[in-house]
Amino acid sequence: MNAITQKIPGDSRISSRIHVPDSGMIPSGGAAGVMIKVKNLNFYYGKEQVLFDNNLDIKKNHITAIIGPSGCGKSTHIRTYNRIHELYRDQHATGEIIMGGRNIISAAVDPVDLRRRVGMIFQKPSPFPMSVFDNVAYGLKINYKLKKGELAYRVEQALQRAALWEEVKDKLNEPGSALSGGQQQRLCIARSIAIEPEVLLMDEPASAIDPIATAKIEELMLELKSKYTIVIVTHAMQQAARVSDYTAFFYRGVIVEYGDTKQVFTNPKEKRTEDYITGRFG
Amino acid sequence: MHMEKLHIRPLKRRHITDYTVKVISTVGALVGLFFLTWILYEVTLRGLMALNWAFFTELPSPPGVTGGGVANAILGTVIITILAAIMGTPLGILAGVFLAEFGKGSKFSSLVRFMTNILIGVPSIIVGVFVYTLIVAPMKSFSGLAGAVSLAIIMLPVIVRTTEDMLNMVPNSLRESGLALGVSRWQVTLQIVFKAARSGMLTGILLAVARVSGETAPLLFTAMNSSYWLTSLNEPTANLTVTIFNYAMSPYADWQAKAWGASLLIMAAVLALNIFARLVTRKKVT
Repeated sequence: MNAITQKIPGDSRISSRIHVPDSGMIPSGGAAGVMIKVKNLNFYYGKEQVLFDNNLDIKKNHITAIIGPSGCGKSTHIRTYNRIHELYRDQHATGEIIMGGRNIISAAVDPVDLRRRVGMIFQKPSPFPMSVFDNVAYGLKINYKLKKGELAYRVEQALQRAALWEEVKDKLNEPGSALSGGQQQRLCIARSIAIEPEVLLMDEPASAIDPIATAKIEELMLELKSKYTIVIVTHAMQQAARVSDYTAFFYRGVIVEYGDTKQVFTNPKEKRTEDYITGRFG
Repeated sequence: MHMEKLHIRPLKRRHITDYTVKVISTVGALVGLFFLTWILYEVTLRGLMALNWAFFTELPSPPGVTGGGVANAILGTVIITILAAIMGTPLGILAGVFLAEFGKGSKFSSLVRFMTNILIGVPSIIVGVFVYTLIVAPMKSFSGLAGAVSLAIIMLPVIVRTTEDMLNMVPNSLRESGLALGVSRWQVTLQIVFKAARSGMLTGILLAVARVSGETAPLLFTAMNSSYWLTSLNEPTANLTVTIFNYAMSPYADWQAKAWGASLLIMAAVLALNIFARLVTRKKVT
């Protein structure tokens, strides 16, 4: 992985877009580095409020799982981290999401720059209508000026890190949609990590693919966390227990409990968390 | 346990209703098909008799004189239609992009959509009169340019709506994936969404062209007709549909035959465009 950063200069370009004071990553008093600090986040679909005063610290280079029953607002919550909700006219968020010392949901932060730092994997694999190679190269071409050789090198690196290279190296020119569901999802991961984000948001990344592909993606997440901060929304509690370091339990737009994954699963403080985890509702 | 009695209609009655509806709809389809086949048959039969080398290469003969062709009208129709497509397509696509992407959900976009739907329903003769007042009267001359503008106005709302519909069929997950990579909205639209929707959009344009290539009324007020080769777009321009209109109503048998020939030509062109549009749609997007 070091080879990549050494070989391709200019990785710092991304972070230099939003002026990040080095100390900004670690808030005063925080023991572990906090990557994203969510303060009093509220979210509305039109006039209907769906998130209520969410407060959360996402730790750097760790995996944070967000669990909770359908419709509790877990996806809505992480969709504010890269402001992807702004695609929809009637959705808006209030409060603060502090990243690199700045409130990234304020209008002063350019969402395009933000999204270069905060990548996202969606529930349904959605390869672009282009070849496997171009799917990964597209984001690189938009964000960097690379020579042909460098581009090919970085595409290969991204596919290798997404554990997909061996399976697709002979079909780089085939359409991305020709891959299997699990491969498509790893292609989407490769596409995201190719542009070197700092945070990777995963919105139920394994819910549309088979168990073997799911296992591959979980394994991949554990490898990726040395380099990225990962936030995963998941329906599968076993998945949260397997891969995450921290777990937040959401219920009706409220963060009921947040803590160490082991503690949340084995010794929850809240009754509602326990009820959900033991399957009494959900 | 209390069970409610199910009301079951006698099988026979349902059978009869079923059968009747089936027969009526089949008859409806057959009647439609009958007239269509009749038209196709007559036009093909009589049209083919009028087609010869001179028909495609020579200028019209004077009234009452046998021979000559409609070469200038064929060329005129092709030029006017292409010009109309050049004017109507970009504008229509841009407006469709506004409706489906940038203005989606806004009040202004519902107004634009409403006006577009009205424009689709405006009779083409009214477009002809409108362009007459707008271009022909001030320029004091019928012109191919005015003809092209009138056809472009007719094409415009069709392209706007098909573009919007095709873009709306592209799932939002694709837009979100693009935006999530730090790609700006216009790039997502042009480089990802258009790619996913291109065959549908192209089909819409082809069908709009096919639609206007048979328009007569607007051209009567704008391009008019001419017996000569086209030398400029500012003069009356020969075209197939107005030629059909004039020739079919003339007392000369030779002109009437040529009207059949021209009808066959337009029909074949529209058919070809439709087949091409289907082939484009069938080709799966990669």
